Amino acid sequence: MEMDEKKALLEIEDLKVSFFTPVGEVKAVNGISYSLGYNEVMGIVGESGSGKSVEAYSIIGLLQNPGKVVGGTIKFEGENVLDYTEEQMRQFRGNKVSMIFQNPMTCLNPVYTVGNQLIEALMCHDKGYTRKAARKRAIEMLELVGINNAEKRIDQYPHEFSGGMRQRAMIAMALICEPKLLIADEPTTALDVTIQAQILELMKDLQKKKNTSIIFITHNLGVVAEICDRVSVMYAGHIIEQGDVDDVFYNPQHPYTRGLLSSTPRMDEVTKERLVPIEGTPIDLLNPPKGCNFGPRCKDCMKICLREKPPFVEVGEGHYSACWLHFKKQSGKEDAEA
Amino acid sequence: MSSEQNPLIKVENLRKYFPVKGTNPLQKKKYVQAVESVSFNIYRGETLGIVGESGCGKTTLGRTILRLYEPTSGKIIYDGAPIYDSEKKIAVKMLPYRRKMQIIFQDPSASLDPRMTVGEIVGEALDIHKLYSSKKERSERINELLDKVGLNTEHANRFPPEFSGGQQQRVGIARALAVDPEFIVCDEPISALDVSIQSQVVNMLEDLQAENHLTYLFIAHDISVVRHISNRIGVMYLGQMVELADSYELCSKPVHPYTRTLLSAVPLPDPIKSRSRQRILLEGEIPSPLNPPSGCRFHTRCPYATDRCREECPELREQSPGHFVACHL
Repeated sequence: MEMDEKKALLEIEDLKVSFFTPVGEVKAVNGISYSLGYNEVMGIVGESGSGKSVEAYSIIGLLQNPGKVVGGTIKFEGENVLDYTEEQMRQFRGNKVSMIFQNPMTCLNPVYTVGNQLIEALMCHDKGYTRKAARKRAIEMLELVGINNAEKRIDQYPHEFSGGMRQRAMIAMALICEPKLLIADEPTTALDVTIQAQILELMKDLQKKKNTSIIFITHNLGVVAEICDRVSVMYAGHIIEQGDVDDVFYNPQHPYTRGLLSSTPRMDEVTKERLVPIEGTPIDLLNPPKGCNFGPRCKDCMKICLREKPPFVEVGEGHYSACWLHFKKQSGKEDAEA
Repeated sequence: MSSEQNPLIKVENLRKYFPVKGTNPLQKKKYVQAVESVSFNIYRGETLGIVGESGCGKTTLGRTILRLYEPTSGKIIYDGAPIYDSEKKIAVKMLPYRRKMQIIFQDPSASLDPRMTVGEIVGEALDIHKLYSSKKERSERINELLDKVGLNTEHANRFPPEFSGGQQQRVGIARALAVDPEFIVCDEPISALDVSIQSQVVNMLEDLQAENHLTYLFIAHDISVVRHISNRIGVMYLGQMVELADSYELCSKPVHPYTRTLLSAVPLPDPIKSRSRQRILLEGEIPSPLNPPSGCRFHTRCPYATDRCREECPELREQSPGHFVACHL
């Protein structure tokens, strides 16, 4: 990875986000750290409620009440984003970081034409543009994301676009100010597989052309394998495994990652094997367990797992995992029972 | 599946059109051709998977077979007896058949009445078909069903919103099993669930099938899941069946250009394989079923389309034993 040579684009240190609900504090993100290099694609996988979207929303400052960042830092090119004033945040958002959302229909304004929304994004951030030049640039952007007949399409409303087209328009909107970081929150989940394939190809292509870093949030392991360089697996507010895609997919270290991989049916399996599911259900974040969050569902659960949280340790080059099993392998004593 | 065997369900030229509301009364009435001339058999004890993109008519097909939607025309034969035949004007009363044919819906929270307890939901089917002689028998049966789908018996007194998505889907499955059916339409039963819960439900469906000799029509858009659970797979495009074959044959030797595209679009959870493989990307989007293309419905996006494809609609022919394809090439 490049990130060692250059400074990292984004550094997150011990980020904690909580939701203060009437029934108690929900620690949606509970102390995660990672860094993202220039020109790198990081995948974040996890089930619903694992905190993957919340973490991304806090980077771009879109957390909604009752959510609050309660600890940690988010450094973007060395500056702590959490210290920004609202005005600085406005400049930061869209210009340096932008986001693509899951459902393009609810994220585009139905009463403005697609062109208007593109031009607005551009003129908000770059005062140098005249309306005419901005329109030209918007048409270029639409062409870049593969919308045919862009000159006509630009004056249409979102409802005149199909699902895949809308997602393309969203991508155009996100990239029009040439941000350094793009956060994609389940951008293909609402789409059909053939359209998903088109959008993934487009994103790979644009990433190469524009050298944008991407944080790609998804629950689909196949999509991660396709597009990401590195991957973080989240469970109940923690990153439990992180590493290069190849390491994580071919040599998964955490029982949860292994469980996810073995419970997914694969197109390339030769014999029909029974799926190995992860038993139980995700934990209740209002009453998290004392020890490892995955402990209650883990096949290899030991005594210590229920008592203490496991530390996040390096298990291979650039490959991290949080599990007590790694200590068992090293020392081979205590906690072998149960 | 041997073709000499008697099919449990035989569907012939089934059509379902939905009229479009709000069209000008002076103009010709418009219809969405959701299912257009679909014919196939489902054999006892098998799982037939149906895949296709959204809007291809797979859910409509499932519901029309159960006559939750009244078919527009065609024939449905259940175990040798016609339950619908538009030519002979047969449309039997469905109540006795509801004991044999059931459905599991996609969205568990939307398909369970939030104001009924789980016991009432599961027991309602028993009430309608009068499947018990005493109150005690009724509650025993409910407990037995909940146990079967991996829920506790005390869950019977709780309400659906108190459960997680996976548990709600289990309630939906228990309700379908209540009448001891032979045939269940599984309409995207797992797509609303989390990845780690999906495999639990898939395994449970497989176990229940083996225990109760069930026949499934398994509808889903996730091809890897359908391939895993099904014996045979049918691929639908714009209301028509374009290919139907044994599931491994279909995935390893797809014939129809649409099937090939669909398969190559499925992301593989394997970084090296997914980097190296060639993908067939389709141009454009699915045409509107209001105004489907002439001839082969796929010709507008097919890279191999010829003049014949534009004019003549290909029929579903048996290309090799058990492998049906609708393509001129």
